[in-house]
Amino acid sequence: MIFVEALASVPTCFAPIEDPLDSHFLTRPQRPFPVMPRFIARFFGSSREAQSNLSLSLMASPGVLLLFVFAYLPMVGIVIAFKDYRFDAGILDSAWVGLENFKFLFGTDAAWRITRNTLLMNTLFIIVSTAGSLLVALLMNEVYTSRMSKYYQTALFFPYFISWVIVSYFLFALLNGNTGLMKKVVETLGFETIRWYRAPGYWPVILTLAHLWNGLGFGSLIYLAGILGISPELFEAARIDGAGKLAQIRFVTLPLLYPLIIILVLLAIGRIFHADFGLFFFLPRDTPVLYRTTDVIDTFVYRSLVELGDIGMAAAAGFYQSTVGFGMVVLANWIVRRINVDYSLF
Amino acid sequence: MGVELLQKTAQAVPDRDRTRTRWEGSQVMAHAILLLITLVCLIPMVLVISVSFSDEVRIAKEGYKLFPVGFSTFAYTYILKQPQQILQSYGITFLVTLLGTGVGLTISSLLAWPLARRDFKLRGILSFYVFFTLLFNGGMVPFYILVTRYLGLKDNILVLVLPYLVTAWFVLILRTSFAQLPGEILDAARIDGSGEWRMFFQIVAPLSKPALATISLFYVLRYWNDWFLALLFIDDSGLYPLQYLLYVLMRNIQFMASNPQTTGMPIPTQSARMAMAVLAFGPALFTFLLLQKYFVRGIAVGGLKG
Repeated sequence: MIFVEALASVPTCFAPIEDPLDSHFLTRPQRPFPVMPRFIARFFGSSREAQSNLSLSLMASPGVLLLFVFAYLPMVGIVIAFKDYRFDAGILDSAWVGLENFKFLFGTDAAWRITRNTLLMNTLFIIVSTAGSLLVALLMNEVYTSRMSKYYQTALFFPYFISWVIVSYFLFALLNGNTGLMKKVVETLGFETIRWYRAPGYWPVILTLAHLWNGLGFGSLIYLAGILGISPELFEAARIDGAGKLAQIRFVTLPLLYPLIIILVLLAIGRIFHADFGLFFFLPRDTPVLYRTTDVIDTFVYRSLVELGDIGMAAAAGFYQSTVGFGMVVLANWIVRRINVDYSLF
Repeated sequence: MGVELLQKTAQAVPDRDRTRTRWEGSQVMAHAILLLITLVCLIPMVLVISVSFSDEVRIAKEGYKLFPVGFSTFAYTYILKQPQQILQSYGITFLVTLLGTGVGLTISSLLAWPLARRDFKLRGILSFYVFFTLLFNGGMVPFYILVTRYLGLKDNILVLVLPYLVTAWFVLILRTSFAQLPGEILDAARIDGSGEWRMFFQIVAPLSKPALATISLFYVLRYWNDWFLALLFIDDSGLYPLQYLLYVLMRNIQFMASNPQTTGMPIPTQSARMAMAVLAFGPALFTFLLLQKYFVRGIAVGGLKG
């Protein structure tokens, strides 16, 4: 229906604009939008409202446009996973190949390896980071009134502001085989020197520690905010009932933090199919020997796309990640909704 | 929504009595553990700074130490002697950060304000439009093809700015914060005949300074620390941003080490490399220390990062 109306009112769009040279132009009473098509006016309501709605729409439009280009167009572009993409032909004119790319992707060992690594590493991250952040938040809560807490917060937070490229320098300073600090430490402890950048077995631990180091300030702050939001009377009551520090944590703090913990963990699970590209790409320095434990979907997509130029493979892996990842978010949110609607993301 | 819950928890932070002074055993223990954790957190940074000030020959002999061995500023003078590339990269990063933060903040808040307005007819549909981009994205491949083939932005400085201008997460945080402005003031402005644009720039924006400051810091950080867009789209070394330059240096270091340059001067690879890292994170760290309280509050408010 609205289209019919739109067509019917097109001519009003081109209604003559008042001639600015008209001497009465400024003194004549002005209608708010002399050129506004009727169907828009009808949609937006009365003239006053219409004017404000139109202004608001105009305000939103640059942002809407940018999102359209950089978020929505790539969503449509996801169809190249089903095409034999050729740069000279473009997305539209490349030939459809059905599931060919997927057959190729899942025929390799890589598909299993990147799925396993992504899921396993993210699971490790979630567990370790949640536990670490909670622990630090509980400790910070104990000393919150102290002047030192400012220093703790700063020291814990600064890694969050350091890019993974620079972290790769940090890690290299610790681990490199000739001069790294860890070489000395390991030797002092009386063990054999470890060639870290050749030994894939250590990397799940190294990456988990790096991730923890990076996110500790952020995670603990959120939990600390949660703890500080708990009414002090509850702790008072527990103390009167004879609860010590640990008992207070167990019976007051943690139960009241559960909703927050559950939300944050579920949100993290929703993103379990997306690995932190910078972390997995820069820290192992893209070393093939380490792929067994450090190659994740994101690094695989990047490598296939840019280094190998295998767009079909990259697109198939990307499609796999986007769709399964989307399913995970929806599932996680559905579970949160079942627990408590207020905490759900949508 | 989850965002609002977190925002409520964050608001609880400031009201806290600071009257307790007597130390308990649990506090001593907490201090001890936290001291240990924070010291461990700082080690990598201290190490890198120390190496950047160390003597190249002694590094090779003794390895990296937490305190500079044979204090020397040679690495810095070496880098600054041929500063074209690093200055160029600084310039690019600076320009991109400035442009991205200014334009991004304007566009995002202009998008967030209508979404905060209950009387805006497109509010529901546009909110979903913004929010959906958090849930689903096309991934790297279509993005790469879009930018290189259809927008033709490869090796163009705009590609370092445009894709991050509107970030759904920032828009949603701004929206939540705008929605909490007292309605009376807006009504008063409306009765006084203020139009929407004027109301936004003269009333909404000035009243939301803390939220805008927080989000602009997020933008600064995002642009300053970005290497991703350069990794995908920049081949021209004149357009390398700082972080990407560091990555390229790290990648080329073996190559440089095996090709002693014709200058006849020993290349301070180890210390120069670390000095580069220090020069790159120094400004970011400084900004962080300066504006830390906004960051901390902002992140508590922002809650879940996108």
